[in-house]
Amino acid sequence: MSEQVEHLISKEYAAGFHTAIESETLPPGLNEDVVRFISAKKDEPEWMLDWRLQAFRAWQEMESPDWAKVKYPPVDFQSISYYSAPKSMDERPQSLDEVDPELLATYEKLGIPLHEQAVLAGVAMDVVFDSVSVVTTFREKLLEAGVIFCSISEAIEKYPELIKKYLGSVVPQKDNYFAALNSAVFSDGSFVFIPKGVRCPMELSTYFRINEQNTGQFERTLIVAEEGSHVSYLEGCTAPMRDENQLHAAVVELVACDNAEIKYSTVQNWYPGDAEGKGGIYNFVTKRGVCHESAKISWTQVETGSAITWKYPSCILRGDNSVGEFYSVALTNNLQQADTGTKMIHIGKNTRSTIIAKGISAGRSDSSYRGLVRMNPGADGARNFTQCDSLLIGDRCGAHTFPYIESKNPSAVIEHEATTSKVSDDQMFLCAQRGLDPEKAVSMIVNGFCREVFKELPMEFAVEAGKLLEVSLEGSVG
Amino acid sequence: MLRINNLHASVEDKEILKGLSLEIKPGEVHAIMGPNGAGKSTLGNVLSGRDGYEVSSGTVEFKGANLFDLAVEERAREGVFLAFQYPVEIPGVSNMEFLKVSVDTVRKHKGLPALSSVEFMKLARTTSQKVKLDQAFLKRGVNEGFSGGEKKRNEILQMMLLEPSLCILDETDSGLDIDALQTVADGVNAMRNKDRSFIVVTHYQRLLDYIVPDYVHVLADGKIVKSGDKSLAKELEAKGYGWLEGGVA
Ligand SMILES: Nc1ncnc2c1ncn2[C@@H]1O[C@H](COP(=O)(O)OP(=O)(O)OP(=O)(O)O)[C@@H](O)[C@H]1O
Ligand SMILES: [Mg+2]
Repeated sequence: MSEQVEHLISKEYAAGFHTAIESETLPPGLNEDVVRFISAKKDEPEWMLDWRLQAFRAWQEMESPDWAKVKYPPVDFQSISYYSAPKSMDERPQSLDEVDPELLATYEKLGIPLHEQAVLAGVAMDVVFDSVSVVTTFREKLLEAGVIFCSISEAIEKYPELIKKYLGSVVPQKDNYFAALNSAVFSDGSFVFIPKGVRCPMELSTYFRINEQNTGQFERTLIVAEEGSHVSYLEGCTAPMRDENQLHAAVVELVACDNAEIKYSTVQNWYPGDAEGKGGIYNFVTKRGVCHESAKISWTQVETGSAITWKYPSCILRGDNSVGEFYSVALTNNLQQADTGTKMIHIGKNTRSTIIAKGISAGRSDSSYRGLVRMNPGADGARNFTQCDSLLIGDRCGAHTFPYIESKNPSAVIEHEATTSKVSDDQMFLCAQRGLDPEKAVSMIVNGFCREVFKELPMEFAVEAGKLLEVSLEGSVG
Repeated sequence: MLRINNLHASVEDKEILKGLSLEIKPGEVHAIMGPNGAGKSTLGNVLSGRDGYEVSSGTVEFKGANLFDLAVEERAREGVFLAFQYPVEIPGVSNMEFLKVSVDTVRKHKGLPALSSVEFMKLARTTSQKVKLDQAFLKRGVNEGFSGGEKKRNEILQMMLLEPSLCILDETDSGLDIDALQTVADGVNAMRNKDRSFIVVTHYQRLLDYIVPDYVHVLADGKIVKSGDKSLAKELEAKGYGWLEGGVA
């Protein structure tokens, strides 16, 4: 039976098509001129260019990290193009009517209709295609509530003071190798600003799509929630199937001011490569949020795509009584590799963090949880609870847990639980004896395993995530 | 309903069933008793199609067709139901969801219209009352943290919802208190009709006071060594298995 189960995991990647659209793409290569080109392309002010150049010079001095449990040949940064945009985006469209129908059709095909009457009720969407934001829906409605939701390029132009204040305030330019690269060449992304006391009237969402060949995607997201405000944000992503690996190096910064709450959910479905491990996205992402007094940041992620995932959404619990949460499902299949987890840095008193990480490995894949919980000397009464569960499908895959605990405060309490289990033959037999197909059985068992995480996702997306797992597991039982 | 003819089956190259024959007509209840390790659970596993059991010879006809032509889930949809001796847990999958998916699948196979969520929930609630399983158990993970007796009652709940045509109960009475035994027996008796057959595997004559069988068989060393009516169970209770032909333990 386990052989069967294993076989259930070879699927067609549904989002793997390419859109034939005329694009302006920078030739491969990276140097200061490329950084200047990107900045000029976006009519950026001088200070922004300087900021990028600082990051670029720092990056040149840095080395690619090698501590993660992932294996891949060195990335040739000179073979990647750092900017690609559909020609039709030269003049930034002011409304949906002006967006290239070919682009709209692409999103339609991905199951993301962009017409405001057709989109999921109550979800505003920013759509990023290769290096540019295509459209942001429901902007006016949000502005009525004082909420700013636009592409980061537009924010640099329209809200320079906010950008100067917050960009790089959580993830500094030199934070790490990939963050430095992103700071130098980021091309677009989303900006969200929720003013004091406002509860954002709808879910916000960004959908990232890599289309062009040999193109890296470097998006930058910044979310600022002022005192007592509240926002829930979701990102999704897909890419065409290609034989070459493609690089995605994003940076996400969250600022939760006193009593604010940010809920950040990710459904990541970048192209994972084929069954032989050919192609797929390298997903090297830095995500971090800072919580001021009594603020709360909650990261929820469902990671099913990418050839390699390297990401550790983190919370800096600076303010007293602040709360950090991390809920994660990472599914790897075939030859995918994931090294993901979180960092919870407790600085303030009575700060609390919860980590629930679920890893599912199938095929010959490898999945690692890597998490740091640090209790600083001032973190009196701080508490952390960590639970890491691994589920193995078949016997050629691996699951690993690397918990790092640094406690410099004796009053802090840290709890850690870890389990490893298998989809057992007995479970499969029970399901079959009750009439279920092997595919349905595996997907149900896996969904059950992920339940604690899925219940953290916004309703519409929880259903979506469940389906995504089902598709990702297709073929693992024969 | 079921015609087993000279069945030989082995596990890991060890022959367990050694020429077992048994015929069960629609509406009949057959009790199977016999010493530990005789092959009773093996018979249930072979009939339901569990992996790892090699059938070397013999035939099994189910509703006139060759049972071995069907995969596990196809047998289940055709009405073979096994109530497990040791029910397994599926953490995080709610009992309600599990029951709904399996009932949907079986109904679809039978060409019956699908039940709406509301209809199903009603049905699941009233049925769980019949087996005296609190509604809270419908929300919990499948068998997750259930006591031994609760697991067995959950098996009967599944059986009642799926309305199979051949029910194989493998020591469903083991580990049940007196009241639970009565509940389980009531559930089975309520389901008895002229079209449905039962194989009831048990070690205790007591169960057969509640579920009165049409036949009692002794399975020893992979064969049916003696068959009779319900009085045979009483005799076994008094004398054990030693006196039977073949001199089993
Ligand atoms: N997977 C297996 N591997 C090896 N031996 C097995 C396996 N399954 C069953 N057996 C052996 O087959 C024989 C019959 O087992 P079975 O479970 O059918 O007995 P049983 O009659 O149900 O006994 P009990 O009354 O104890 O439930 C036993 O000797 C058992 O050890
Ligand atoms: Mg047994």
